[in-house]
Amino acid sequence: MKATARLRLLPRGGWLTAYAFIYVGFLYLPVLFLPIFSVNTAATPKFPLSGFTWKWYQGLPHTPELISAAWNSLIVGIAAAVLSTTLGILAARATTRYRFPGRRPINGLIMAPLVLPEIIVAISMLLVMLQLGLSLSLFTVVLGHVLICIPYSMAVLISGFEGFDRSLEEASADLGESAFGTFRRVTLPMVMPAIISSLLVSFTISLDEFIIAFFLTGTDATLPIYIWGQLRFAAKLPGVLALGTLLLAGSFILLTIAEVLRRRAAQRTLSEGGLYA
Amino acid sequence: MLDCLDTDSLSAGRPPSGLTVAKPMIEIRNVTRSYGAFKALDEANLTINEGEFFSLLGPSGCGKTTLLRMIAGFDMPTTGSIFIDGLPMDGIPANRRPTNMVFQSYAIFPHLNVEQNVAYGLKRLRLEPAEERRRVEEALAQVSLTGLGKRKATELSGGQRQRVALARALVLRPKVLLLDEPLSALDKKLREQMQVELRRLQQAVGITFVLVTHDQYEALAMSDRIAVMFGGRIAQVDTPKDIYQRPVNRQVADFLGGMNFVRGRVVEQDHASLTIDTLGFGRVTTERPPAFVGDDDAATLGIRPERLRVLWDDATAPHEVAGTVIERHYFGETTHLVVDVPGLEKPLSVIETNDFGADDIPVGTTVRLAYDPEALVALAD
Repeated sequence: MKATARLRLLPRGGWLTAYAFIYVGFLYLPVLFLPIFSVNTAATPKFPLSGFTWKWYQGLPHTPELISAAWNSLIVGIAAAVLSTTLGILAARATTRYRFPGRRPINGLIMAPLVLPEIIVAISMLLVMLQLGLSLSLFTVVLGHVLICIPYSMAVLISGFEGFDRSLEEASADLGESAFGTFRRVTLPMVMPAIISSLLVSFTISLDEFIIAFFLTGTDATLPIYIWGQLRFAAKLPGVLALGTLLLAGSFILLTIAEVLRRRAAQRTLSEGGLYA
Repeated sequence: MLDCLDTDSLSAGRPPSGLTVAKPMIEIRNVTRSYGAFKALDEANLTINEGEFFSLLGPSGCGKTTLLRMIAGFDMPTTGSIFIDGLPMDGIPANRRPTNMVFQSYAIFPHLNVEQNVAYGLKRLRLEPAEERRRVEEALAQVSLTGLGKRKATELSGGQRQRVALARALVLRPKVLLLDEPLSALDKKLREQMQVELRRLQQAVGITFVLVTHDQYEALAMSDRIAVMFGGRIAQVDTPKDIYQRPVNRQVADFLGGMNFVRGRVVEQDHASLTIDTLGFGRVTTERPPAFVGDDDAATLGIRPERLRVLWDDATAPHEVAGTVIERHYFGETTHLVVDVPGLEKPLSVIETNDFGADDIPVGTTVRLAYDPEALVALAD
């Protein structure tokens, strides 16, 4: 709310508006083609559209390889989300609550995978896994996904934990509550939105991730790998588009929920610091 | 916690604390709190009486907050003991002490509304829902927040947050209410208003209040008694008036507002009084402060700036000192003059109210200042 007061109104019309439209179009128009062609009757993505149909969607549940890939993705996604969020909670709590030597460099190192080229990370992970004598499987994919999910988890959790006023827990104790009661009635409700948000974000990242999964999986395909495999067959393209649309919608919904929760958590702790409000 | 609650204390409206027979509520016995080699609190001894509004006053790092947190149970003494209502508090955690605290940040639970914040501690008592509601309403009324129960914690102003913090603590009817710099986050006007309200509230509920503050005016305005602390030690415990008018040493005198220090030579002394010769104020006989060493004949006297009055025209006073105005500062209701007096090491500062035209005295004028010799106090170093 405070930020809006500082923003000035843009002058109406003019080049800036045109630029903004082109910019948004450039970002989202390609994505729009996906749902459009996924409900087209023709098997080749081509204008003009030939007619409306749900048949590509209806065909999805009857593809056993797809179902098993979806299960794999679900398992990997949940495992990666839980692991990266658990590790993220510990790290975020440490960096927001305590001052210790090397806090900043450690923070930077944890966030680094965010900007490392994914293919390099994937190859390095593959080398490490092979050196360790691990056979490639969904488990190794989970490990790889945890690595790339942790920075996202951390970003979400830190913004939820930051400014968590320690005196809230003291106040609870002061009002007669036990340590466990304080955790249940104050700490958990305060950080829960951030934790759920972190779970959703890391699940989504894992669900959509291709390169690391491609390198680290054995024979079990995840959804993106399945899609990659299907692209070889022109006839399967509409089904891939339909599946892609569903993934897109799912990711969008999950990330929106996550962001709403994250903001709610951040707002809570921030307003706590707003003594002069 | 239930057994220590006095159910009538909130509504009964006890007589003002000054009239009750002093009964110790908090006893601090030889309490030291060390962090490694650093002593945050050093051999503190203090008794705070039931129904008293007591302030711990001092600059930051003097140990006042450490002491408060040890009374609350968030911190434990390294050596020594704290007694509350006659019971030793050794090893007893915050949640089992008959004290409640108003935090500096207020620590309002942001995920709960005003009502839920106030009812937080009551939940554990498992009261009848109607009784719980009644107590919450009563507490909200005490802090003038009636009708705001459903308001979200995030929608409150600074002053309202503070009231919620007060209500949340008072609703449990503690034996002692601890206040950690509760007014420091408020603007000046609201702060002054809350000082009056806090004092009024304390008189109404009759609970022992222990306030931590670094603001001497706050302590003077609200307290029955004040402990002034420096560097982990308690320097003086007295009523506001005595602390201000009879500070035991230079440090206390200096911390509690402006003070003119005047050097002198002891010419006569016994166990109760000192006679001191000064260059500006002549020979002065004063009470001997307990901490006065007197191993040489040097001594320091103090006089507050407002105890010096400008004499107009032909007016005379039994005790006068003359000097030249070298600076004049206008403060609206008062004017501060800096007057250079021959013989004094430092010029005197003088505070005059502006009803007689002190704001018009030109710099360079020679003025005569009247004082009461009683206002000159000997100060230990």
